[in-house]
Amino acid sequence: MKKSGNILFCGVGGQGILLASELTAEALLAQGHDVKKSEVHGMAQRGGSVEAHLRYGEKVHSPLIEPGGADLLLAFEIMEALRYLPYLNKKSKVIVNTQRIMPPAVATGKTVYPENILEELTSRGLTVIPVDGFEIAKAAGNVKAANVALVGALSKLLPIPEAAFIAAIEKRVPARFLEVNLKVFKAGRKAVK
Amino acid sequence: MSSKAAQPEQLWLSGNEALALGAHEAGVKVASGYPGTPSTEILENLSGYQGVYTEWAPNEKVGLEVAIGAAFAGARALATMKHVGLNVAADPLFTASYTGVRGGLVIIVADDPSMHSSQNEQDSRNYAYAAKLPMLEPSDPAEAKEFLKLAYELSERFDTPVLLKSCTRVAHVKGVVKPGKLAKSKVKVGLEKMPAKLVMLPGNARARRIAVAERQAQLADFAESFAENRIEWGDRKIGFIAAGTSYLYVKEAFPKATVLKLGLINPLPAGLLKELAAGVKKVIVVEELDPFLETQIKAMGIKCQGKELLPAIGEFNSAIVRQAVTGKPGPTGFAPVPVVPRPPNMCAGCPHRGVFYNLSRLKVFVSGDIGCYTLGFLPPLSAMDACVCMGASISMAHGMAKALGDAGKGKIVAVIGDSTFIHSGITGLINSVYNKDYSTVIILDNRITGMTGHQPNPASGSTLMGEPANEINFEELCRAIGVKHVRTVNPQDMKATYEVLKEEIERDEPSVVITRYPCVLIPEEKKRTKHPLHTVIENCTGCQACLRIGCPAIHWHPLEPAQAKKLGYKEKQKGYAQIDEITCVGCGLCLPLCKFKAITKGEGK
Repeated sequence: MKKSGNILFCGVGGQGILLASELTAEALLAQGHDVKKSEVHGMAQRGGSVEAHLRYGEKVHSPLIEPGGADLLLAFEIMEALRYLPYLNKKSKVIVNTQRIMPPAVATGKTVYPENILEELTSRGLTVIPVDGFEIAKAAGNVKAANVALVGALSKLLPIPEAAFIAAIEKRVPARFLEVNLKVFKAGRKAVK
Repeated sequence: MSSKAAQPEQLWLSGNEALALGAHEAGVKVASGYPGTPSTEILENLSGYQGVYTEWAPNEKVGLEVAIGAAFAGARALATMKHVGLNVAADPLFTASYTGVRGGLVIIVADDPSMHSSQNEQDSRNYAYAAKLPMLEPSDPAEAKEFLKLAYELSERFDTPVLLKSCTRVAHVKGVVKPGKLAKSKVKVGLEKMPAKLVMLPGNARARRIAVAERQAQLADFAESFAENRIEWGDRKIGFIAAGTSYLYVKEAFPKATVLKLGLINPLPAGLLKELAAGVKKVIVVEELDPFLETQIKAMGIKCQGKELLPAIGEFNSAIVRQAVTGKPGPTGFAPVPVVPRPPNMCAGCPHRGVFYNLSRLKVFVSGDIGCYTLGFLPPLSAMDACVCMGASISMAHGMAKALGDAGKGKIVAVIGDSTFIHSGITGLINSVYNKDYSTVIILDNRITGMTGHQPNPASGSTLMGEPANEINFEELCRAIGVKHVRTVNPQDMKATYEVLKEEIERDEPSVVITRYPCVLIPEEKKRTKHPLHTVIENCTGCQACLRIGCPAIHWHPLEPAQAKKLGYKEKQKGYAQIDEITCVGCGLCLPLCKFKAITKGEGK
C-alpha cells in the first residue's frame, strides 16, 4: 500500500468538485496522513474549468502535483479528463464521470464536442473507470449528489477504510441530505469492480 | 500507514482561513479591506469571530487608512487586499512607513503569479523594499497563521507597519493548522497626541525619515537571529535560498539539499546569507517572478544563480524547480491534446448579458472595467474593447473622447460595475463632467460585488458583519456630480435597454445609464421561483439568432441532412437550438430574439 499519493480532481464549476475533494481530504486526515490541497477559485461558479490538487503522505511539502505525477484522476466531466492528460502517466487510474457539459464554443455551434474520449484515454494504456454519477445519484434519489457517487468510486481505489469516508460524509453533509448521500456513496463504491 | 488518528486540536484550513484565525489569535480589533482574489476570504472568515470589527471598504486605499487610524488609536489593525489593490493603497502605505504605529498594523497582500484571476502578475515584494517596510512570507496555511502573529509582535516592537505576503498557493491551499493561544498587545487602546510622529509635514517627516533608516538597520540585525530565517544544512553541493511556496518546491525537488529558508524577506540577513554561501559549493536563489532576493544578494557580493536558471514569469512547481536546477528534463505526463476551451461565462440569467448584446449591436467602442462583466469581452458578445484596472473605464473613455474630438461622438461608452464605480469610478465621472466630455457611462448595477463571490458594497444595503446599511443612490450621486442625463433601465428588458442606450450614446453631453437588476447568484435570487423557458423544437429554423447572446442555457444541436429530414426539417437546416431547462432561469432575454415562436414561457420550478 502506498504511503503517499496524488489525486487530481477536475471538472466544471458547479459540479461539487470542491466538496468531493474535501471529503477525500477528511478521510485521509482521519487516517493520520498529512494532506495538502490546492484549488483555483475565482470563476468556479461561472462554468469554467475547475481543478483541485490533493496530495497526501507522511509530510507533504508542495501543494501542487507535478506533470505526470497524478496517481488518480477524478474527472467530473468526460472532456475535462482529456484536458488533464499532461498530469497523467501510464500507471495513473482515471475515474470518469460520463456526463457531458457543453463548453460555450460547442453550445453556440462553433465547434463540436469530441467523440471517443474513453478510447482516447484507454489507447494510452491508462486504467479508465467510467462512472455514470448522474444516474447513480438519480437512482438513489438526489441528482445533486453525483459528486458523492464519484467519491464512492474513488474510495474503492484508496487505501483507506470505507468507514473513514462515511465519517467524513457524516461530518460534512447536512443531516437532511445525509441518508441519500450515504446511499449514493455506497452505490458509487459498487460501480468500481 | 500510520494508524494515529488526527489530533482533535488539529484544524484543516485554507491559507485565508488560517490568516483569519491568526488575526483572531493576535487580538486584531479592526480589519478593513476590499475583496480581491485570492485575498477575499480572510475578512469573510474573520467577520465570524467575536471581538473584532470587520468591514468592506470602498477600495484598498480607504481600507488601509482605516487600519492606520485604528493602529494610531492603539488597536491591532489589519488591512487585506490583492496585489493590484496595494497599488491603490500605496499612497498611505509609503507614509505610514514614516509614522510607524501605536497598535500593531499588518497589511496582507495576496499575489497571483500566473494570473489565475488577475490582470497582471506584479511582485508585491518590491513594495516592501520601496516603502522600507518589513515583509514576512509564509509558505503554507500553518505558517500563514503563525507569521501573522509574529507580524504583530514585530510591528509593535519596531514601531512599523508590517507587510505579510500571501499568494494563490497559500491563500487557496488547505493544510493542517494547529490553533494557538490568544496573544495580548501591550499597547492600550486610546487617543494620544504625538504630532511629531503622526503629523507628516516636511519638518516632522524629515525626522521620521531618519527613524525609518534606524529601524531598517535594527530590522536587518534582527533578521540575522530571527527563528524563521534559518539554514537547514544538508548536502553541500548546492545551497538554496528560498521563501514562501518556492521553499516548498525546493524541499519537494531536493529533499536532502541545504536550504536557507527566509521567513522575513525584507530586510535581508547579510550575515546568514554569507554563512550559507561559505558552507556550500554554489548558491541558487529560487523565487517566483522578479529577481527580488537575487539582485540584493548579488549586490552583497555573494555569487549566486537565480533567473539565469529559473523563469521570471508565472508560478513554479517542484518539477519546474528540479528541471531548471538539474538541466535535465524530468518525468513528464502525456502530451496535451487539443481540447475545446472552457472559459468562464456570464451565468444564465446574468443581468449584464442584455447590455453587452445591445452594445455589440450598437457597434460602439467599449471602455471596460474589472468585474464579472469583463466577460462581455468573450464571443459571441465581443463587446469590450479595453480593460486596464479598477475604475479606469470612465477616465479612459474621457481620454478617447478628447483624442477623437467630434469624430468620436456617439462611439464611446464606458461600462463599470456598481462596486467598481464606488471603488474608483466616481472621481473619473467627476473629471468627465468637469472637463466637458460627451461619452456615455453605463453603471452595471447588480447590487453586489459579484466576481469575488458576492460581498456586500455601499450599494447593497448591508455590511460585511450583516447589518443593514445605507444604500448609495447612484442617480442622486450622478446628478450631484453634474450629470444632467441620468437614466435607469432594467437590463432584462432588451428593447427598453436598446432604446435608452441609443439615445444616450447619441447625446452630445455626458450621460449615465444605470442598468439595475440583481445578480442571479445572490441567495435571494437563487431562492426565487424560476420559470424556465421552453423550446418548441419543431418551430426552430436553425437561424441561430438566439445563440448570439451566448447564454449557457441555450445549446446548439448540429444535424446531418438525413437527421434534419427525419426530424421534419428542411434537409439544408444545419441544426436546431434547445434550451436546457435545468440551467435556464427564465430571464426572457432570448424571447424577443426568436422570430419563429420556437421559444415559449414555461412552468415554475
